[in-house]
Amino acid sequence: MKTIATKRGVLPGFGLTMGYSVLYLSLVVLIPLSALLLNSTGLTWGKFWDIATDARVLASFKVSFLTAAAAGLIDAVLGLLLAWVLVRYDFPGKSIFDAMIDLPFALPTAVAGVSLTAIYSDKGWIGSLLEPLGIQVAYTPIGITLALMFIGIPFVVRTVQPVLEELESEVEEAAATLGSGRVRTFLVVVLPQLYPALLTGFALAFSRGIGEYGSVVFISGNMPMKTEIAPLLIMSKLEQFDYAGATAVALLLLMISFLLMLIINTLQHRLRKTAR
Amino acid sequence: MKRGFKRGIVVSLVLAMSMVTAACGSSSGKSDNSVELLNVSYDPTRELYESYNKAFSAYWEKEKGQKVTIKQSHGGSGKQGRAVIDGLKADVVTLALGYDIDAIQKKGLINKGWQSKFEKNSSPYTSTIVFLVRKGNPKGIKDWNDLIKGDIKVITPNPKTSGGARWNYLAAWGYALHHNNNDQNKAKEFVQQLYQHVPVLDTGARGATTTFVEREIGDVLIAWENEALLSVKQLGPDKLDIVYPSESILAEPPVAVVDKNVDKKGTREVAEAYLKYLYSEEGQKIAAENFYRPTLESLKEKYKDTFKDIKLFTIDEFGGWAKAQAEHFSDGGVFDQIYVPGK
Repeated sequence: MKTIATKRGVLPGFGLTMGYSVLYLSLVVLIPLSALLLNSTGLTWGKFWDIATDARVLASFKVSFLTAAAAGLIDAVLGLLLAWVLVRYDFPGKSIFDAMIDLPFALPTAVAGVSLTAIYSDKGWIGSLLEPLGIQVAYTPIGITLALMFIGIPFVVRTVQPVLEELESEVEEAAATLGSGRVRTFLVVVLPQLYPALLTGFALAFSRGIGEYGSVVFISGNMPMKTEIAPLLIMSKLEQFDYAGATAVALLLLMISFLLMLIINTLQHRLRKTAR
Repeated sequence: MKRGFKRGIVVSLVLAMSMVTAACGSSSGKSDNSVELLNVSYDPTRELYESYNKAFSAYWEKEKGQKVTIKQSHGGSGKQGRAVIDGLKADVVTLALGYDIDAIQKKGLINKGWQSKFEKNSSPYTSTIVFLVRKGNPKGIKDWNDLIKGDIKVITPNPKTSGGARWNYLAAWGYALHHNNNDQNKAKEFVQQLYQHVPVLDTGARGATTTFVEREIGDVLIAWENEALLSVKQLGPDKLDIVYPSESILAEPPVAVVDKNVDKKGTREVAEAYLKYLYSEEGQKIAAENFYRPTLESLKEKYKDTFKDIKLFTIDEFGGWAKAQAEHFSDGGVFDQIYVPGK
């Protein structure tokens, strides 16, 4: 039989912590979001629909979601590798390497954007090597993806790392003694346990990428219909003091992101169940 | 493990929040014999107001025996205007275009008719739009019509996100009008062609300058004269040349007192004096030294070697900012039609 005390957990102070959480959530998340809703109520449905189906808005959504998804996917693969290296091997300078993963969190995104552009533009170190091959990175969607990869990689590493740490290598050894090859051990034994964490990492990197503004505007070139991201469109509407239009785009962006997150989260829930 | 990590994040967030609130709580009070002004300005006036503030403080202390500290805030013109609307307690605004001050006026923070409160349309200094090209002008760019020839690449910021870039756009439009018997369609065609030569649309003027100078992208940068002169001075005249087109627009960055704020803070007198002193000989000299065109006749003569005399037209040619904004830069306006055909 469960008593109330055990239901609430060992630590006291449920009322206080819950109260604080609710207050914090409302001040920082809920009230600003409802202000967003209120601001766009100045629009009629017809006008909202016009903004939602505007060719430029649609094009910018396409750019934002595709580049964020691509960056998230690449990050998922690269992040897994990074986490693997950090968890499974010891090498000199590991702790420095480990700390460096968090740098994209700390660095102002504008700085990231400016330095990436400097390196990948036609005249930059790497850009000048790629240019003869016909590959242009800066001022194309590839550049945007690159910036978003930079921003998103810590999310994947930091979500996968702890799960990897708890995986016991004995399980892999057991699989090996039972006659499973390396590839099969990885695909059948290791990977399924990592899926939920990988998915979380992807979702975080992806959603961060959709809203990213600071680093992208420097490397994207901001060409309407081609490399214009949705957050930039919001900024340019604000620049015209068009609050309602800006919030309409923001609301759309939020709704689509929320839907995608919901789908990813349910998917993750299922994966977690099957992984057990 | 993961939960511990998340909890760590939440705890540090809470800590950070409480630190911010603590920092905000401890703002300084003021004594009777000192006064503080906040000047909300746009990006490239930083150096200008740094030296002007010193000059004005000295002048005011001598005149009234009162110490005045001037704080500055810089950023994109539209963004700064919005900050004032949203409650930034600016005493004066010194922005890139009248449209942004109009927007503040519409919210009731500035009284109507602000533009006639000070001389010369409330624009103590002016500038114009010129071309910055690579040393020796390898592509032979002399005038606006050279910009749409062959594979010339033009760098200019997005007029929808950069107030300054709206002057660039209108300068091109005005030139095209005058060379096509005021045919609006021909002008539109010209500007359309011009923007097809733009490979990168930066969000602000400084960004565009970086693209052109540091990334070495493009053959010509359309820039404010003060930015062009400053770039040449800072980066060395061995890298860049300035080309003056046959005609251009007179850019008038206006100033205004934010009436609601100064009346509340009791700073009207000093705020008005602050803007008025911009028209004095000393203020004009500081403007000229920071590459803004002075409006005082005696100084115009003195600096005529720095600021080349070219044919200049004004925003009135477009029926004022409200009309120009609605026609060209609002959503679905002429600028949007360049990129989204058939709308």
